[in-house]
Amino acid sequence: MNQKNNASFSNNRLVNWFSLSSPSTFYPVAGKLIPIFWTLTAVFGLAGLWVSFFVAPVDAVQGQGYRIIFIHVPVSWMSMFIYLVMAAWAGLGLVFNTRLSAMMAQALAPVGAWMAFLSLWTGALWGKPMWGAWWVWDARLTSELILLFLYLGFIALQASIDNRRRADKAGAILALVGVVNVPIIYFSVKWWNTLHQGASVSLTKAPAMAQTMLWGMLLMALCFWMYSIAVGLMRVRAIILEREAHTDWVRQLREVKS
Amino acid sequence: MWNSPAEFFAMGGYALYVWGSFGVCALVLLLEPLIARARFKTIMRRLKQEQLAKQFDREGSQ
Repeated sequence: MNQKNNASFSNNRLVNWFSLSSPSTFYPVAGKLIPIFWTLTAVFGLAGLWVSFFVAPVDAVQGQGYRIIFIHVPVSWMSMFIYLVMAAWAGLGLVFNTRLSAMMAQALAPVGAWMAFLSLWTGALWGKPMWGAWWVWDARLTSELILLFLYLGFIALQASIDNRRRADKAGAILALVGVVNVPIIYFSVKWWNTLHQGASVSLTKAPAMAQTMLWGMLLMALCFWMYSIAVGLMRVRAIILEREAHTDWVRQLREVKS
Repeated sequence: MWNSPAEFFAMGGYALYVWGSFGVCALVLLLEPLIARARFKTIMRRLKQEQLAKQFDREGSQ
């Protein structure tokens, strides 16, 4: 019956993308996508590490210590980008009440929190030799710390409310309000006089660094991007099963029956 | 660029900072998928147990 409905709803021959918003359709698709994204993670990661350590030249000012940039910048980008994606899913769930959207937001929060943590960690390890301090209360660093707290707050808030729908709604509102912090992080180095240096990569200006350094950073960013998708899909599959445990389609799954 | 492995690991005197960054990053990227997989396995085990319990229930009532 399901088959017939789909056929009449979608233009045949085209993939019915809307059907993917149903957890029962998305679950097996996600399972097939995970190995693809792990492969891409490994490919981009190996290429990125190769460029980071063996191709990119030593920095004139910071010596070999600058190589932290190859993870610091990509994880910082990802921490902001994942937050936007998470808030978008949470907002979609709030507006359209689609079950999968809230699950996606919930699955992405820990990935983003880890990225924000890594951004702060690598930043501290870079700040110590270059600035002489692990931490300063500078606008860029402080707003990134707030981002980490927003992720943790989102996770804690969702975990503290028993009613699933209310937890999703509360989390979505928190996530959406927190979006205001992302442009603050991004533009903090422009708006305030910060110890943190300005943007390394700009869309309007030619990059102020060697081409190979830029390539290393982009490859590492792609690696972290693919990683985030892979681990996000792994977690969303667990969340789907947890939340849909009472449904027939979960009971009929071959993995469950065997 | 690197004349010897020792020079590579020394990172021009920044070994602690560079390897501290890359090391912790690698650790997180390794741990997080393991945690996600453990979560998946936990729910899968629960679902299987429920399935079994239901099956026994049905057989018992016949």
